Amino acid sequence: MKQGVFEIVENKKEAGTVWKMRLVGDTSAITAPGQFVNIRIDGQFLRRPLSVCDVEGGELTLLYKVVGKGTAAMAAMRTGEKLDLLTGLGNGYDTAPAGENPLLIGGGVGVPPLYLLCRRLIAAGKQVTVILGFNTRDEVFYEQAFSALGARVLVTTVDGSYGQKGFVTDALAGLAYSYFYTCGPEPMLKAVYRAATTGGQFSFEERMGCGFGACMGCSCRTVTGYKRICREGPVLKKEEILWQTRA
Amino acid sequence: MADTRVTLCGIGLDNPVIPASGTFGFGYEFAEWYDIECLGSIALKGTTPEPRFGNEPPRIAETPAGMINAVGLQNPGVRRVIEQELPKLARCYHKPVIANISGFSIEDYEKTAAAFDGAAQVGWLEVNISCPNVHGGGMSFGTSPEQAAAVTRAVRAATKKPVIVKLSPNVTDIVAIARACEAAGADGLALINTLLGMRIDLKTRRPVVRNNMGGLSGPAVLPVALRMVYQVSHAVGIPVVGMGGVTTAEDVIEMMLAGATAVEVGAANLINPCACRDIINDLPRVMETYRIDALGDIIKGVKPWEKT
Repeated sequence: MKQGVFEIVENKKEAGTVWKMRLVGDTSAITAPGQFVNIRIDGQFLRRPLSVCDVEGGELTLLYKVVGKGTAAMAAMRTGEKLDLLTGLGNGYDTAPAGENPLLIGGGVGVPPLYLLCRRLIAAGKQVTVILGFNTRDEVFYEQAFSALGARVLVTTVDGSYGQKGFVTDALAGLAYSYFYTCGPEPMLKAVYRAATTGGQFSFEERMGCGFGACMGCSCRTVTGYKRICREGPVLKKEEILWQTRA
Repeated sequence: MADTRVTLCGIGLDNPVIPASGTFGFGYEFAEWYDIECLGSIALKGTTPEPRFGNEPPRIAETPAGMINAVGLQNPGVRRVIEQELPKLARCYHKPVIANISGFSIEDYEKTAAAFDGAAQVGWLEVNISCPNVHGGGMSFGTSPEQAAAVTRAVRAATKKPVIVKLSPNVTDIVAIARACEAAGADGLALINTLLGMRIDLKTRRPVVRNNMGGLSGPAVLPVALRMVYQVSHAVGIPVVGMGGVTTAEDVIEMMLAGATAVEVGAANLINPCACRDIINDLPRVMETYRIDALGDIIKGVKPWEKT
């Protein structure tokens, strides 16, 4: 974990209400895909936790959906502005159990952390399939980016306006894969949990105080004891999740 | 040379800055961010006799200039705190620390106090009779002078260490409760705990925290804390540890002028993990600005206007 000042080098709309921000700074604390950063925003008391979409050298890419005051303030920021970030937060995805043909399943703003994961898996010689789920055509983002990495990409939209009509689990049915990684809204995670036939890892979201393990604000119960989503999470293994204790 | 030393219930501190209970874990977690040896002391995470998960999430909500938490005293229980957490802290911090104890019955407080009595690292006990997030316990002791006195008396008898009682601001007359604790043998008082608050999600019409209500902290509560520290410190003869929204070295000075002997820093640690270190480093500069040679000289230094 590190605290550092990052400079914005790009901040633009990616699709619908999803924005892409590229920043430059000390990224050395970011060690695994699926980790997150916690961003100080003027006028907001709590930092805003956002998953790392990509990191390369000193450059960090974040994809964020404008949902409230904090993310609206981020969307209004310009190139050259500086941000105070806590980096290298959370455990991230473990790529060791991926097998030869892992499946990545992302829903909406759950898609971003899968990008760095996909890049790492393909660099390790894996045959990666990615399912990206959205509500409608206008919200679709990063389909090309995943394809460019060399992944097989399947897109679903709930209203059928783009790709396969339905949910990510509709695209999942019948696919062969060695292991899976997923991130998205909790109802989607639950559906993936029921539909998936192999082991896998889930990235969770929770309201956080600090984001680095101090306040116990994001604790959850798991098969292996109490865990802090910000510290021992956000990624939990399939076999340790206790759905009945979640809201 | 700025003299930042103060004495709290007979034990000297290098400076009055203490991270507040519940915002700093068991201390060693912050050694990843900076050398915590600079801290005046550390108030440990609130501890109960048995392990507790606390409340179901969500436990956190944002507010104007602050936050609400409804953690509900998650902690590993006093035995594990003494056997596992304190040894980890001993590797990176070598000054006396403040054990914060909580419970649901007088016996709970007695048990936890007695267990910490044998821990050499523990300099003081901070008795939390003011947690707003647990049903049927915690704050109910802190909202009645008789109950507050009963807990104080029981803890006083269970330990040889100085007993500091942490008071709730969610009362009509905090001075009456402070006096009751002093009369029951408290060596010091700590205030304020969080103010009971609430936020509601407009879309779902649900309270943002699962516990419906929670404790408000952060800069939003600083003026309330200053007022209560002022009232209490001028009504009792024992030292007061002031806290509530302290974020800067200036806030520390203001809290001490109001009447605090030492100052705890809470929510600020969650936003800036290095907040306490930054405040300590900044103290000499602010002392020079306001021509303060020794911090010990300014406790209760506020000059109230005379009534006209």
